[in-house]
Amino acid sequence: MYTEKVMDHFSNPRNVGEIEDADGVGEVGNASCGDIMKIFLKVENDVIKDIKFKTFGCGAAIATSSMVTEMAIGKTLDEAMELSNAAVAEALDGLPPQKLHCSNLAADALHEAIKNYRETHG
Amino acid sequence: MKRIYMDNNATTPVRPEVLEAMLPYYREQFGNPSSVHWAGQAVAGAVETAREQVANLINCAPAEIVFTACGSEGDNMAIKGTADALREKGNHIITTSVEHPAVLETCRYMEKQGYDVTFLPVDRDGMLDLQELEAAITDRTILISVMWANNETGNIIPIEEIGKIARKYKVRFHTDAVQAVGKIPVDVQRANVDLLVLSGHKIGAPKGVGAIYIRRGTRLTPLLHGGHQERHRRAGTHNVAGIVGLGLACKLAGAEMEKVMDGIRALRDKLERGILEAIPEVKLNGHPDGAMRLPNTLNVSFAYIEGESLLLNFDMRGIAASSGSACTSGSLEPSHVMGAMCVDVVLAHSSTRFSLGHDNTEEDVDTILEVLPPIVQRLREMSPLYNRKEPMTCDECQVIRKVCE
Repeated sequence: MYTEKVMDHFSNPRNVGEIEDADGVGEVGNASCGDIMKIFLKVENDVIKDIKFKTFGCGAAIATSSMVTEMAIGKTLDEAMELSNAAVAEALDGLPPQKLHCSNLAADALHEAIKNYRETHG
Repeated sequence: MKRIYMDNNATTPVRPEVLEAMLPYYREQFGNPSSVHWAGQAVAGAVETAREQVANLINCAPAEIVFTACGSEGDNMAIKGTADALREKGNHIITTSVEHPAVLETCRYMEKQGYDVTFLPVDRDGMLDLQELEAAITDRTILISVMWANNETGNIIPIEEIGKIARKYKVRFHTDAVQAVGKIPVDVQRANVDLLVLSGHKIGAPKGVGAIYIRRGTRLTPLLHGGHQERHRRAGTHNVAGIVGLGLACKLAGAEMEKVMDGIRALRDKLERGILEAIPEVKLNGHPDGAMRLPNTLNVSFAYIEGESLLLNFDMRGIAASSGSACTSGSLEPSHVMGAMCVDVVLAHSSTRFSLGHDNTEEDVDTILEVLPPIVQRLREMSPLYNRKEPMTCDECQVIRKVCE
């Protein structure tokens, strides 16, 4: 069902956890669908210095969360805003069609965290 | 890595002796039992022997057994066949909100055809209120359809009590007994059932064969029209090998049930106790008394985590179980059974079913009790719901909540 890359990120997720004094926090998803993703950011000079995630959800939800943190770290906020859910799915060599709807929200969570940073550090 | 299969309510492996008994009917015994010549007559007896074996397990006459291709076919036949045959009598069907989709979706289809359907609610343990069932009966009611045992929770429904109510009001009574047959005693006479559906692959026979019991004198419009097979009740060339397998599986189940199920129950109880003791914040789904559930079934929810990710972790350790989460149901909503029981939406997504079978050992249970707690803990550490400070806002939970209001 899942690609090797998805299973790799699912079984060894990168950057799991919380950042206590995060500069930006974003949360998307809902319990009804069975997916909630939360992203924590540490930002320096408009660059993502550290990023952590927590996710309640299926294999695809956990793998996309892990992948988006890898893709975002070191990027400027503007570059990170350009990251799309589709790009995350592509970086994982694809997701099963039924997972594209609900479990592929990781980039949205990242964008929410960036918006939160910009609002609070405007 | 040793593989552990605990998804026997989904399907069971074909028992070796069943497969052995079937093989000749794919080779030299290839005839069509409806043929008059030697090739046909050589296998006609085998079909009738199987019919007797199935009939013996549920205490009916062989002539009251009709072979089908699966449980879904039997349920469709019972509901649509009754609705058509009794259309002058009425247009009301009573069923429950926790039926298998084979019944639930067929009833929804009948609603579209203009029939009225009452979907009875269940309580938080997943049990029916029989007074409510009795009160739902009107002079237009043509069918009561209630499963004998629930596939997700294993809850055993008091079918004999419902049979008494059905008899009192002279309403036809159908039961989907796919999960019950072979696991607990099923007696159609004692239960006063008119139509009962069973399936081969749940009891060690192959997929693609099942049977429906049709009480003598019950008018039922066929689902499949065509040849004269099964006394005009179900057209289609007999699946001889499958039928032979089903017959033997029924015979074996009847002979061994008490002994085998005592063993399986002991393993299930050990697993249940072990999980509830080792892991905090676990909810048992279904009747709290294990004796009110199928001896092989355990359904539990682990707070804060989602079922599919748990199953994937299990799968990496060679363990096969199933979940009621949306991700595994193929829809966007978690299990309708959990919803009907008012299980919290997050807990519904984490509902995990262990359904044990013949091949499970105490070692299997010990392995699961060893690997499960760290998996649950790891996923909880990853979950934004675990140790959460701010409360959840959840407008979307209404999918579940509306059932409960």
